Amino acid sequence: MTEQKEKKYIRSHEPIFWGLFGAGGMLTAFLTPVMILITGLLIPLGIIDKGNFNYQTLHSFATSWYGAAIVLVLVALPLWHTLHRIFHALHDLGVKRGRDWQQVLCYGFAFAVSVFTFTILLQMF
Amino acid sequence: MSKRKPYTRELPTDWWMKQLFYTKYMLREGSSVLISIYSLILAWGVLRLSQGEVAFNGWLEALQNPFAILLHLIALVFALYHTITWFSLAPKAVDLWIKGKRLDDKVIISGHYAAFIVATVLCLLIITL
Amino acid sequence: MNQKIIEIDILRYRPEEDDHPFTQTFDVPYSADMSILEALQYIKDHLDSSISFRWSCRMAICGSCGLMVNGVPKLGCKAFLRDYFPKRISLEPLANFPIERDLVVVMDDFINKLEEIKPYIIPEKNEAGDKKCLSEGAYKQTPEQMEKYRQFSMCINCGLCYAACPQYALDKKFIGPAALTLLARYNRDNRDAGSAERMKIVNQEEGVWGCTFVGYCSVVCPKGVDPAAAIQLLKVESSKDYLIGMFKPE
Repeated sequence: MTEQKEKKYIRSHEPIFWGLFGAGGMLTAFLTPVMILITGLLIPLGIIDKGNFNYQTLHSFATSWYGAAIVLVLVALPLWHTLHRIFHALHDLGVKRGRDWQQVLCYGFAFAVSVFTFTILLQMF
Repeated sequence: MSKRKPYTRELPTDWWMKQLFYTKYMLREGSSVLISIYSLILAWGVLRLSQGEVAFNGWLEALQNPFAILLHLIALVFALYHTITWFSLAPKAVDLWIKGKRLDDKVIISGHYAAFIVATVLCLLIITL
Repeated sequence: MNQKIIEIDILRYRPEEDDHPFTQTFDVPYSADMSILEALQYIKDHLDSSISFRWSCRMAICGSCGLMVNGVPKLGCKAFLRDYFPKRISLEPLANFPIERDLVVVMDDFINKLEEIKPYIIPEKNEAGDKKCLSEGAYKQTPEQMEKYRQFSMCINCGLCYAACPQYALDKKFIGPAALTLLARYNRDNRDAGSAERMKIVNQEEGVWGCTFVGYCSVVCPKGVDPAAAIQLLKVESSKDYLIGMFKPE
């Protein structure tokens, strides 16, 4: 009888992306609705006064270290959530060609916008 | 000789349109497209903020465009759908045990909603006050 | 008195004669307490004896009679005509499995996956490196420790969750809901020492990471096992395992 070969198991690197997906999804679930409500509807429609959403306040906020960190997280983290979903949705839709490139493009996009935002915030200091 | 001839059915590409549950799943995943666009609008706002007051006010003005309002309205609906689905599935990822009993799903879900309301009110207060 | 009739469409496939499945309609006398399985038995006894379907216990514990009822995976014995009447019912073999004949599917892939996850208690090794012997004492378990995995042990291997899972439909390499749930069941058992072996299966792309949390598996499960929850918890475990692996490579 031939000896049964131990199956080779390849570990997935998905935990990294899943961690970012989860963190982004949590943030998105709790804060994105109110953020869209404020910046996209209430202020543009003049329902609430600009209040603290004016240039001076925001600029001084974004140039403090903690403010910059908050802005970066609010802008970039949801993208690690959404592009993870888009990457998997492409599979669901049956886009089979170039899964590697799809992965590079999706997470690369989230990465690029994160770096973009980070650089601007750094410049403003 | 074996008469076996198993038949494999093909999965149609539009499988997710043939079952309401799957359609809702795809809408949930689709919410990410609008949330991505919103994040890009915000990233653009950060860029304009760095370019001075005139540029930033120009960004604010652009948001008053009826098309922008409509886009944000749709994005809000999808974002809320994401919130609802996220909270409803949250208990499945929680493994909290108190006195040998798993924490009730309802407790976890209502806890999420309570935190959601607090966060929303807090954000509105920070902006307006 | 006129006997009420319900129309039942059955997807048939006879490997000796057919190249493709076709639909055949049967008129079955309706009664409110008749299950789908009983309707199939009526058809076999009175209308067409050539029709094939699996069944055994008639009480939702053997897991044999899974089929698609109007596109939804159900146990034939646990679904009743009254929930569909007067609309017609369409019966198809469980989705995502090859059809052997009529409503009978080929379940080999699922069974192989169940075997692969080592669904048995792997005893800890003693100092000499041997498996713990019964003479060294029994494995003790408190009710609380049992509660940690009890829900995941209720699976009857009916395969409904595989028929409900689009990720399994898209990629047959995916270990799938029931097998991963059974894996979680043993990993969460305090008497078991096989977690490290099984985590290798979990950590793969086709392990838990093939799941996108559609959640339909938990909806269709006839025993309330909640495979989606088991897989989510395993994803958390796999992430912890990944972090540990980064600092402590094998």
